[in-house]
Parts: sequence; C-alpha cells; structure tokens
Amino acid sequence: MVAALHALSAWAIPMFIVLIPLVAAFRKVPVYETFVDGAKDGFQTAIGIIPHLVGMMTAISMFRASGAMDMLIGWVAPFFSALGIPAEVLPLGLLRPITGAGSLAFATDLIKTYGPDSLIGRIASVVQGSTDTTLYVVTVYFGAVGIRNARYALKVGLFSDAVGFFAAVFACWLLFLIEPSFRIPRPSCANPAMGV
Amino acid sequence: MVNWIWLAMIALSVVFGAVNGRVQQVTEAAFSGAQTGVTVCFGLISILVFWMGLMKIAEVSGIVRRLSLLMAPIVRWLFPDVPKDHPALGYILSNMSANLLGLGNAATPMGIRAMQELQKLNPNPSVATPAMCTLLALNTASITIVPTTLIAIRMNFGSAHPADIIGPTLLATAISTGAAVAADRWYRRRQRAAPPVRPPSAGKASQRPASPPASL
Repeated sequence: MVAALHALSAWAIPMFIVLIPLVAAFRKVPVYETFVDGAKDGFQTAIGIIPHLVGMMTAISMFRASGAMDMLIGWVAPFFSALGIPAEVLPLGLLRPITGAGSLAFATDLIKTYGPDSLIGRIASVVQGSTDTTLYVVTVYFGAVGIRNARYALKVGLFSDAVGFFAAVFACWLLFLIEPSFRIPRPSCANPAMGV
Repeated sequence: MVNWIWLAMIALSVVFGAVNGRVQQVTEAAFSGAQTGVTVCFGLISILVFWMGLMKIAEVSGIVRRLSLLMAPIVRWLFPDVPKDHPALGYILSNMSANLLGLGNAATPMGIRAMQELQKLNPNPSVATPAMCTLLALNTASITIVPTTLIAIRMNFGSAHPADIIGPTLLATAISTGAAVAADRWYRRRQRAAPPVRPPSAGKASQRPASPPASL
C-alpha cells in the first residue's frame, strides 16, 4: 500500500497534465485557447484569498510569538504524544471544520515553522487538503434553500472531520516514518512539468 | 464564530505577550504574519493559474461529464429516495466530479442547484431531507484528487517533494468520506426505524411505528 500511495503521489499530476489535453484535442477542443481562458480564473482566485490569509496569518503569528501557542500545546502534548500525534497539529484539527481561511493560515504557519517535509508539515498538508470546511458548507448549502433545521447533517460532517484528522495522521505516519525501507525510485522528482 | 476566534487569538496574544514580556515579538509577528499571507498568495498564483487552465480544458472537452457518468451508479445508491430521472441527480453528479477534480468554484454552484432541486422534493421546506444531508456529507468530506493549494504552499517553503502529499491525502479523504457515508446511512436507518417527531418515550424504544414516518 505504501508503494501504491507513493506511485499515486508521483504520477497523479503528470497523468492529469498529459491526459486531459490529449483527450480534449482528440475531441476537437482548441486546447491552448481553452487553457488560457480558464487560467484567468486562477489569478482571481489567488488574489481573492489575500485578505483572508493576511487576516488569519497575522492573528496566528501573533498567537505563536506571544508564547500562548506553546502553552496551549504544552497542556495537551502529554496526552497526544502518547497516541503518536504531534500536539502541534491539534489546533489545526480544531480549526479545520470552522474556518477555511483560518486553517489554511494555520497549516501554512506549521509548514513554515517546522518545514514542509517534516512530519508536522506533512500532517498539516494532509489535514488541510483532505476535507472541506464543514460549517461553511452547511451554511452555504442549506442557507441557499432556506433550510433551518439541518437535522443530523452537522453531526455527520463533524464526525467525518474527526475521522479525517486521525486518518491524516495515520497516513503520514505510514508513509513518512516507515518510508525509508520502502523508498521506491520516483519517475519524476518534484515534478519538473509543474515548473518548480 | 470565526469573528470570535480571530478576536480571541489577537487579544490573547497581546495579553500573553505582556505577561511573558514578549510584546515586541508580538508586534513584529503581526507584520511578518501579514507579509507571509501575501507571499503565500502570490506563490499560489502560478499553480492555480496553471491548474484552472487545465481544468477548463477538462470541463469544455466533456471529461467532467464523462466522469459523472462513471459515478452514476454510486450516486443512485447514495440517494435512493431521489427518483431516477430527477434533475437533482445530474447536479449532484456535476458537483461530485467538480469536487473530485478540485474545482471548488464550479462545485459550489452545482451543489446549490442540486439542493434547490432536492428542495422541490421536500414536504417540509425548512427541515433538511435525508438526501440533502447526504449531499452535505459528501461535500464536507470532499474527495479531491490533487490538493493544488497545499502543493503550491509546500513548494513555496522549499519542499523536496511537494506532491508527496497526494497519496496520503487521498487515503485520508477516502477514509473520512467513508466515515461520512457510513454515519449518514446510520442516521437514515435510525430515522426510518423511529417516528420523525421525537416521542417522549423512554422505555418504549423497541416499539415500531405503525405507519411510515411522514418525513420520508
């Protein structure tokens, strides 16, 4: 399974990059023009995140610099380290269902502080990337049609977030701590096609 | 709630900073945090522009639609109470395939259209139906094949293998989606076994309602 997950990581992007334009061209789509047309949205999206991320990064950086973060982590660390979970990622797990921008900022902060290839940096990436912001989704989707009684929807969402958090920790443990004995040659290091 | 979290973090930072004698560092952190926010967003531009261009090709060429056809049997299983030819199913499929490809901007309007269609099947417009809860569960778990934003951020901070997280992310998201679907099924079954209006009963839990609950 570890090898399969590695292969997936290495091949997913190259496959997308080759297959989508090929299939499209086969179907007589003007691939380049379409690409440029869609790419415009990417710029808007990236710029649109700035206010959210600046607001949240400021608050999280201050929180870390003040020493409050270390205290908070210090309280929960003994319990979580017994489970093999770095306590540093716990606030991310709590923020994730509540605020998308906040958890993105927190994940960024963890990646910045501990390095992207550290266990903490990787868990942060996976936790952030593997679920959506439950409260936001409930508000937007039910709000749009005027549902006031969400019944069990919120519980299901939060439950799956909790499961997702532990699954993310497990997946990273599996790959990045057991990895050395399993390391397989990669077809493309760091994906040159994405223009590192 | 977000307002309170944000305010609490800032207020606590200043208080703790004062207590720990780190007010200077807190001030500096405010500016460096803002700077990181902007830098990270600029770093996102390259990948988001590229990826959304690529995904536009997928959309225009009908690959997204083809993907929804593949998922049709799963969706029919997940939404047993939606009639087979109902337009809601089409929107649900588009919503799921857009999520799968990481097209958040395309997925949300599709999901809302699906909700609107499901609302037409709803006998009580202010209470969510089981189908609505299922759609919501799928969207909060949100399976995404390529977490582009995170890959871009990892790249920004000099990761040796930024794409390394695809495999574990997919594993985690599959598990959390599985959990969401299982929990959703469990609630559905419980709903069917019990009357929709919560009875005041404490000891008669095993008693079955004579007629099917009205909310289904």
